[in-house]
This record gives sequence, structure tokens and C-alpha cells, in this order.
Amino acid sequence: MDKLTENLLKAISDYTEGGYTGAYNIRENAGCGGRQSTENIEIVGKEDGSGIDIIIKPGTKDENVFIPACVTKGNVHDLVYNDFHIGEGSDVRIIAGCGIHNDDEEEAVHNGIHRFFLGKGSHVVYEEKHLGEGTGSGEKRIDPVTHLELEEDAVLEMITIQLGGVDKSTRTTTGVLKDRAKLLIHESLMTAGEEYVMTDFDVDMDGEDSKVDIVSRSVARGNSYQEYHSKIKGNNRCTGHSECDAILMEKGRVNAAPELYAGHLDAELIHEAAIGKVAGEQILKLRTLGLTEEEAEKAIIDGFLKG
Amino acid sequence: MLTLKNVRWSPEAGHEVLKGIDLEIPAGQLTVVTGPNGGGKTSLAKVIAGLNQITEGSILVDGEDITEKDITERAKMGVSYAFQQPVRFKGVTVKDMLDMAAGGEIPDDEVCTVMAKVGLCTKDYIDREIDASLSGGEIKRIEIASVLTRRGSKVLIFDEPEAGIDLWSFTGLIEAFEELKKEKDKAILVISHQERLLEIADQIAVIVEGRVRIAGPGKEIMPQLMAGEKYGTCPVEAMGKEML
Ligand SMILES: Nc1ncnc2c1ncn2[C@@H]1O[C@H](COP(=O)(O)OP(=O)(O)OP(=O)(O)O)[C@@H](O)[C@H]1O
Ligand SMILES: [Mg+2]
Repeated sequence: MDKLTENLLKAISDYTEGGYTGAYNIRENAGCGGRQSTENIEIVGKEDGSGIDIIIKPGTKDENVFIPACVTKGNVHDLVYNDFHIGEGSDVRIIAGCGIHNDDEEEAVHNGIHRFFLGKGSHVVYEEKHLGEGTGSGEKRIDPVTHLELEEDAVLEMITIQLGGVDKSTRTTTGVLKDRAKLLIHESLMTAGEEYVMTDFDVDMDGEDSKVDIVSRSVARGNSYQEYHSKIKGNNRCTGHSECDAILMEKGRVNAAPELYAGHLDAELIHEAAIGKVAGEQILKLRTLGLTEEEAEKAIIDGFLKG
Repeated sequence: MLTLKNVRWSPEAGHEVLKGIDLEIPAGQLTVVTGPNGGGKTSLAKVIAGLNQITEGSILVDGEDITEKDITERAKMGVSYAFQQPVRFKGVTVKDMLDMAAGGEIPDDEVCTVMAKVGLCTKDYIDREIDASLSGGEIKRIEIASVLTRRGSKVLIFDEPEAGIDLWSFTGLIEAFEELKKEKDKAILVISHQERLLEIADQIAVIVEGRVRIAGPGKEIMPQLMAGEKYGTCPVEAMGKEML
């Protein structure tokens, strides 16, 4: 594994000098950079070589799985299919970041198609951090496509973070929830320069008492542009909530287009959206605590993105 | 010691809100500024903290003229202001705020002390975001805590600290002000309509229509206020006379 990959892994996942503890599969420049299964978590390559299957045994508890992907040069167009089969009643954490380092003139692209099948009563925390870096003029693109299927009582907490350096990103997430399944999504985005991000959520709450909660916090600076689309469909007695908050700085632009569909009398759906610049009075308050204007702005943005 | 000399402030041309305020706020004492709504009390606090720039006059802290200094510089010199209307932040927690107020990570035991002063239970609030989910009284108390946490404060301004705060916590607050007074180097300026605060004031200044109507030792001013002369001439009445 080269040094660039190692640095990216440290930035996007819990990688240390000692490697990972737990099952892992490292995707490096469209090839395999290392793989390890554990007793309860099996990672196997797909026969056609297009990706991997991650199979988590029913009842597996408190284990981590690392599925990072890195691209460290231009002219790489990585496309990978990863399927996660989460056994009933298991409780695991999946860390699947993507880092691109591009010092070249050609573009570097990672396109991960992930499917999650959560068995009954399982609980998954899924973390995905995206990062772009490097001095080349070649574009860095990450286009994740995620499909989620939650069986009865399954809970998925999805935390996605993209704080800069990715020129273009289209993030598509679809999901279907059965009875009492819960999907909690927290997205933090910051774009700068000429970056563009499009987020698109489309979730069906088919099950009785299922629940979706999407929180998207984003900051658009420079000349960047972000689009937010979400469609929450309540097809049964269920609750859906989405909250899209964006802060604009410099010449950043945001288009937020949330959509709610209620196909059942007892579907309770709420959407909140707010776009605006950093509130002047927030900066004033922090300055009265001795922060400079720049420090105040940073504290407000940092808090906003993490909260 | 805070000194205000002929302080004037106009938010826009031709509209003067502060019309020449002269005041001395001594260190080691509690000065209460009171007066009718819209009289200019908050405006005065804001010009002291640098949130608004005065159009004439000067402001001195321990003899040093701070008129030209900006908000951050004044804060670093020891000017602290607890807002009348606290600001809400998405994602910024009480802990974050207190750390910023302290200028670095604040020790746990100090968090407990300051939270107790404002009547909040640390474990229930420390990780709460200072957002719309906090009640009016809760956010007000956190605002006050942020000022109590400041290091090296020389001038502490509390703008209607009683607003929205229950009686029990209010008693605690009064104790906190009394304690602050004992630190002889701090000038404490409390803007209030509350009798209990006026009663313990060393100095009282009544501001009406952007001017100091009366000012002096609490013992002298308080009986006048209680005798119904609260703010001197009723501003509405005065306006009526002018129009006649
Ligand atoms: N930025 C501003 N622009 C225009 N007018 C202002 C501005 N700030 C304050 N004022 C006006 O100045 C006057 C004094 O306001 P201020 O908030 O200082 O009153 P106050 O004495 O604190 O009143 P209260 O007891 O209600 O808190 C009011 O008439 C108010 O409308
Ligand atoms: Mg006021």
C-alpha cells in the first residue's frame, strides 16, 4: 500500500499504523489493497470481480467493519459494487469512507454502489467520510449510490461527511422500510471553490410505525453549488422528518427541494428547511467572548456541521 | 471602573437614541440601571460592549479610552455583556460556549460551579445545543453563565438578568452578583426593572429617553423610586404637552 493511500485511510477512517481491528476490505485504485474476514464477518469477492459481499452473521455484536476506498492518481474510474448482508439481531459499525488524492491532469473518479440488507432487529451505524486532495488539475469525483432495505425492527444510523476537496459529487440514496424499522441520516457537507454536490434521498416507509429522520447540514462557500432533493414517502402509519439547513458564504448557492408524500391517513411527515448566511448576531455574541470575527465564524460553522 | 462621558448614539441620521450620557460605574460595586422600556438601557450596554459605535463622547475602562476599540478588543480587555435577548446557535453546545467564554477548555468543576450559580444542573445541560429547543429561561441562564465564565473581566454587564428566570434561580443569581462585588476590581452593571435588584444596588441610574434622569447611591434613589417618582415625568405625558 503506498503512503498516499495510508494517509487517506487515516483521514477517512480509523486507520492506524497497526492497521484495522476487525474485518476490512481496502479498495485501492480500483483494485484490492487488502482484505480480512473475521469469525462473524465474512468478506468475499464477487465472482465477476465487480465488488464484494460483506456477510455479517446473525447476532454479531459490537464489531467494526472497514470498507474504505482510495484513489491516488488521475485517469482512474473506479466502479465497485458492495453488498452488505446484515444478519438478524446483529449490532455493528461499518466505516466506509472514500478518499481521492489527485496530482494529475486527468480525472479521478470513485463510484461506489452500495446495497444494505438489514435483517430483522439488526442495528447498524454506517459512517462515510469523503475527502479530496492533491494539486493536479484533474477533477476528483465521488458518486456514491446507496440502497437500503430494512426488515422489521431494523435500525440504520447513517452518518455522512464531506468537508471539502471533492469537485463533483452526486449522492443518491434510496431506501425501503418495513414495520418498525428506523432510518436516521445525518449528512454534513461543506463545499468551496467551484465544487458541486447533489444529494438525493428517496425513501419509502412501507412498514407500520416505521420512521425516517434526515438531518442535512451544509455550508456552501466560494462559488460552489449544492442541490438537495429528498423525497420521503409515508405509505403506512409512520413518521418522517427531514431537516435541511444550509449556510451560504461568499458566492455559494444552494437549491433545496424537499418533497413529502403521504399515502396513508396516519403518515406524519414534517419537513424543515432554512437557507441563509451566518447570522450577524451569532458572530457578535462570540466576539463579546473575545473571538475575532474569523474565529467566531469558524466556531459557528464547525458547530453547525457537527450538530 | 467604567466611565462614560457625554455618550451619544444614533442608529441613523436624525434619530438620536442616547443623548449624552455621563456615568461612572465604580469597581467593587453593583450599579443598577433602570428606566422605562425604550429608554436606551440596552443601547447603552451595546455601546459599552462595542456592538454599536457611539457618535460622540468617550468610554473609558480604568482610565483607558476604549472608544476606538472593536468588540473583540474590548472583550479581551475585560468587557463582558450578557445579552437581553440571547442568541441561539444550531450545533453549538453549552460546553462549547463556556469553553469559548473561558478562552480554552474549562475544567469540569468550574462548569459545575458556574452552572450552579445560574441554577442549572450541569449533567442535564452541558451537552445541550444552544438552539431553539431551549426555553427562554434556560437560554437566559446559559447566557449569564457565559459571562460569569469570562476570565479577567473588569466590566460585567447583565441586561435584565431576571427576565424569564424563576424565583429560586433568581435568589442564586443575586448571590452570584454579591459574590462578584467582593472581587474589588470588577465593575458590575445590571440593567433591571426588578425591585430586589434595585434594593441591593450600591448605585442606581435611571435612564429616560436616552438621558440619565437621576443617578446616585441606591439608598438615596430607591426611596424616590418607591415614592412613585419612578421615572420622573412620564414620557408619554411630556410628549402630549409638547404637542399641545
Ligand atoms: N438599531 C436600532 N435602530 C433604530 N432604533 C433603535 C435601534 N436600537 C434601538 N433603537 C431604539 O432606541 C430606543 C431604545 O432602545 P433600547 O433597546 O435601548 O431600550 P431599553 O431601555 O433597553 O428598553 P427595554 O426596557 O424594553 O429593554 C428604542 O426606541 C428603540 O426602538
Ligand atoms: Mg433593553
